[in-house]
Amino acid sequence: MHSKDNNPPIWLKTVAYGGLVFLHFPIVFILINAFVAHDGNTTYFTLKWFNAAFARDDVMSAITLSLKVATVATLLALIMGTMAAAALYRRNFFGKNAITTLLILPIALPGIITGIALLSAMSLLNIELGFWTIVVSHATFCVVMIYNNVVARFRRMPHSLVEASMDLGADGFTTFKRIILPQLATALLAGGLLAFALSFDELIVTIFTAGHEVTLPIWLLNQLARPRDAAITNVVAMMVMLITALPIIAAYYLTRGTETIAGSSK
Amino acid sequence: MQTAITNPILRSFSNTLYRKNNWFLLLLLTPPLLWFGVVYLGSLFALLWQSFYTFDDFSMAVTNELTLGNYRLLFDSTNLDIIMRTLSMAVAVTLACACIGFPIAYYMTRYGSAREKGFFYIALMLPMWASYIVKTYAWTIILSQQGILYWLFNHLGLTGALNAALQLPVIGGNTLATSNLGRFIVFTYIWLPFMILPIQAALERVPTNLLQASSDLGAKPAQTFRKVLLPLVIPGVVAGSIFTFSLTLGDYIIPQLIGPSGLYIGTMVYTMQGSIGNMPLAAAFTVVPIVLIFIYLALAKRAGAFDAL
Repeated sequence: MHSKDNNPPIWLKTVAYGGLVFLHFPIVFILINAFVAHDGNTTYFTLKWFNAAFARDDVMSAITLSLKVATVATLLALIMGTMAAAALYRRNFFGKNAITTLLILPIALPGIITGIALLSAMSLLNIELGFWTIVVSHATFCVVMIYNNVVARFRRMPHSLVEASMDLGADGFTTFKRIILPQLATALLAGGLLAFALSFDELIVTIFTAGHEVTLPIWLLNQLARPRDAAITNVVAMMVMLITALPIIAAYYLTRGTETIAGSSK
Repeated sequence: MQTAITNPILRSFSNTLYRKNNWFLLLLLTPPLLWFGVVYLGSLFALLWQSFYTFDDFSMAVTNELTLGNYRLLFDSTNLDIIMRTLSMAVAVTLACACIGFPIAYYMTRYGSAREKGFFYIALMLPMWASYIVKTYAWTIILSQQGILYWLFNHLGLTGALNAALQLPVIGGNTLATSNLGRFIVFTYIWLPFMILPIQAALERVPTNLLQASSDLGAKPAQTFRKVLLPLVIPGVVAGSIFTFSLTLGDYIIPQLIGPSGLYIGTMVYTMQGSIGNMPLAAAFTVVPIVLIFIYLALAKRAGAFDAL
């Protein structure tokens, strides 16, 4: 629905760009804050907070934990999301809608419900909370990111390619490796990046399933009670922002021009 | 040319899978179904089941005796207050997001060149995906009394106006950071992109010739907007509002950090489960957003919102 023939009313343009300013102003604020130091009455730009942040064990261990969790959760989600997409894209069978709904449920329901439900099941089964319980909870809501991207790609991929490969003598495994996988590659990468970003800054569910482990978002939440430590918090906040922003931009370029809108549903 | 040589057993296995399509389907579906059907749905049912357990106020212990008492407690006046407080915030945030989001989506789709559209798209994506806790953290600083908003109001000589707004009964408070107004701003900020993108997707699908036909037939721009465009885009607005509504209902971090002290559904669940250990009441409280969302989804479905998802 695009027409070039008329110019936008000035108020509409103002509102649109004003909205963007509103959306970016806190982010820019965080970016600037990370480089600012106050000394008495003078304010100057500095990189010293970065050194201070990297020297802190609690910061480094929170970053490492979050990276590990996001990696493992993304890998699990890649496997399960692709399997579900491969099973569901061409076939119609009883209960198919129920299964797709089930996949979306962890992001459709408020995070607190997923979190407390997993926690209550884990405590009923006497499972000790830690790294793996965080991974399980993250993989649960990451699957749908992969599923959405991969199922859209599957739908655009002509099935005749698979048949041709089989006719030319390739078996199922070879066909998967040589024909299907290369077609899916960018969808898998884009979905994986989104899932990684989603897991990396997840807080609502993680608080319930983390036990005593401190992921980066939990570390940030705890920092809010320590205003004197704000300089370090600003630096870490900026790094979190970058680590999640880069995969999102990459995913956008990977899926641009396809029907998949990366991250159209979080 | 390279030929693919594979183990004959594997080959016959893969051939069987290709021919017996249903086996293949079963094999593919088993791991995700085990995960979602057993781990996830199992957990949800475990939670639901615990909402019927009894919590003893004196011993602070949970027993397996089944009761409907937790659900009866939900209709207690304090708990009803919590539910109404959360619900009205969710409705207010949803309306605000729709009013701010619509013009942005409209400008981007109707007037944006391909380049501008791409720019808007990324510019909406980034804040949407930027870390939730970092954004909330930024707002706690922005809204604080030493923060940039107070500074700005002060320099514009509008401190009086700000204080007058904070005197108002429902939205006011001692400072911006402890007022409902502050909490409302933060909620609206955080969920706004979730509203814009579905509206934009719905607008994108409106054929331009419908709008031209409408104006050719003599409709004024306002009439075209109201009679042709809006009915076609409403499903997108509803789809976006599902996000803003559901996300606000379940949030328990923002109500803890910004705004007055009254509990929200999320903070109530969190306190009941965490510091008090009353898992049955916490579980009963989680049913409230689920029921509210299902009512909302049923209403949205009747408006045809799911065609736009």
